This record gives sequence, structure tokens and C-alpha cells, in this order.
Amino acid sequence: MTVGSEWIESHLDLCWVNAMPVGLLGRKVGMTQVYDQAGVIVPVTVIQAGPCTVLQVRTQARDGYEAVQLGFGEKPRRLATRAERGHVAAIASRRSKSRAARGIAAVAKADCEPARFVREFRTDAGDAPCEVGQKLTVELFAEGVHVDVIGRNKGRGTAGVMKQHNFGGLPASHGVKRHHRASGSVGSHGCDRGHSGKIKKGKRMAGRWGNERITVRNLKVVRVDLENNVLLVRGAIPGPNGGYVMVSKTNKRG
Amino acid sequence: MTAPKKDLLKLVEASSLRAEPLQFAIGDTVNIHTRILEGDKERIQIFNGVVIARRGSGTRENFTVRRIVAGEGVERTFPMNSPKIAKLEVVRHGKVRRAKLFYLRDRLGKATRLTERRAAPKKVAKAKSEE
Repeated sequence: MTVGSEWIESHLDLCWVNAMPVGLLGRKVGMTQVYDQAGVIVPVTVIQAGPCTVLQVRTQARDGYEAVQLGFGEKPRRLATRAERGHVAAIASRRSKSRAARGIAAVAKADCEPARFVREFRTDAGDAPCEVGQKLTVELFAEGVHVDVIGRNKGRGTAGVMKQHNFGGLPASHGVKRHHRASGSVGSHGCDRGHSGKIKKGKRMAGRWGNERITVRNLKVVRVDLENNVLLVRGAIPGPNGGYVMVSKTNKRG
Repeated sequence: MTAPKKDLLKLVEASSLRAEPLQFAIGDTVNIHTRILEGDKERIQIFNGVVIARRGSGTRENFTVRRIVAGEGVERTFPMNSPKIAKLEVVRHGKVRRAKLFYLRDRLGKATRLTERRAAPKKVAKAKSEE
């Protein structure tokens, strides 16, 4: 999407203060409740968000798409792989020297500790440009704007249809034997009669539940605490306390 | 990066806690002054009764007050830290031996009375002297 500067100016109040870059990475601390000015209780999730370092800037010319790669938290060097260390290190290695000697431009490095959590945010023309090594903090968000939060929800392991999809199960009696929590027959529910002999894709069945990427859209930012890098959003977000999340500008308009 | 600090939650909650905690004990008869918004006007409503329970912690802490209205028991639960509670006055200290006075629900008339405790414990005595 290409966006003219007039569009940005006319929509400043809509969500982003001044063509904000993208988003932030953070960690879910937990849920609690706070009072707003009117004395009404607001349920909030506390997110420890940022500071995030820009590790890489993806460009249309080189990578085929526009994005910024952010890193959050620090991974001890002994636990980081060589690739992870090299990704952030601005070191004069033998290889980089020989590349420089051959006149190959060096790739910009963030020059920081290896990041614990690395994710990319797609950018478009309306977003402010980022530079490698730049630090992004909760300053990006203003109180009252709406954000999307992306995380990985809690894994439930293998779960049956009653627990996972709220199926009713089978009767306790009337001839039902050892089959009370089963889904029952699936043949006639899953197919368009006369079209195929196969069950339709997406038919709800038992199996692995949870531990998948979930986006919760349009959460209101209740409070921004610059000092402690804390963000309060109204409502729940996916994942356990301590889980890593992405906080991005919402793609829901109006 | 260490694990997220649990005290961040406390820090967030601290802003929503009452600067001066309400001082009362279970079994006290109290007057609770609540702010009520009627249209644009704000007025104070007083709820009088016996504190029969207190539960929760942090911003979630609340207490339950019971009174008899027209022969019918009425219980109201107040969030401890709600800014809508303007004031809480302790009218009378009741002598009680437990933290939850749910047994009062089964009693009628004279049986619901609690013996007055003359010698108030330190905590409450201090609150009284402040008034």
C-alpha cells in the first residue's frame, strides 16, 4: 500500500502519532486491573515491551520486501550460535577485511548482544524509516491508540473434541458403550453429498490443541510507562505469563 | 535478559491503590460514603452495615457489608481501592472470633447483634485517633 503524506497527516489522530515504525517486541508479565479516571475498573495485561534494537532492514531491492527486523532481550553469548552472534556483531573479522579489500560494501550491523527474541515487522510507505542499531521503546505508542498483539497461545497437548471444540459427546446410556466422549459419526457432516467421498477440510476433530500463533486485534493501550518500558493494554493476550509477544499497529481501521 | 519482573505487576497496581488504606476490622459496623453520579451531579450515598468478609489482594481486594433493610438482608461488596468510596467511618467495633461472619446470614433479629469491643486493637485505635 502506498500512502501519500496528506493521507498520513489527515489520519494522525487515527492511530500513529507520526507515522510510527511498525511495532515492538515484548514479554507478557501478567494480568491485573487498574482504575481509570472515572473510577471504573479496567482489566489490563501488563507487557514489558522494548527496548528493541533494529537488527536488520529488509528492502525491496535486496530482499524483495520491506520490513524491519527487531531483537528483544539479550541471550548470553555462550548460548547464542555463531550465526546469531555474527548477525549482531560489528567485528573486523578476516572475512570482512578481505571482502572490504575486494570492494564489497559491509553489511550494517546493530553492534549489540545477541537477541533472545527476533521478529520482523513488514513496513509500508507510511512508516517512518528505521536504521540498523536504532533502539525502539514504548514511546512509539500513545495512550488510547489501538494495537494488535501476536503471540503463541498455551499448548494443551492432545485434546478430545469435547474439550477442544465443545462437542456434546454421546449419551451416557441408550446402548452407548465405552464411547461417551467421542465425536460420533463424521461422514455425513463433513461432505457435500454427491460431490466427493472425502471429509471436508477444517472438520473439527480431536488432536493437538494450542501452541499456535494467535493475533488479538484492536486492543486499546491503557497506559504507557516510559520509565519501566511497560505497556498496559485492555483485555487478554495470548500465551503464558513470561511468553514473548509482538505488539504492532492494528490493521483494523475505524 | 532475566525473567520478567513480577514486581512490575505490583508497580502497575500501586497506581490504583488507595494512598491511605481503609482502616476497619471484620465485625465493625461501618458507614461507607460512596460517590454516585446522577446525570452531571455527584452526590454521596451512605451505606451502613456490618463488615462480614474481606477477600483478595492488591487492586482486587474487596469487602462485604451486610445490613437488614425492611426485614430483608442486604449485602453489598465494595472494591477496597475504588475511588468511588469517598470515606469509611467505623461506628462500632464488634467482638468476633472469625474472619468471615457468614453465620449472621442464618440469624434474625436480636441474634444478629455483636458484642461491642471496648478495647480496640492497636491498628484500629490508631485510625480512630487520626480522626
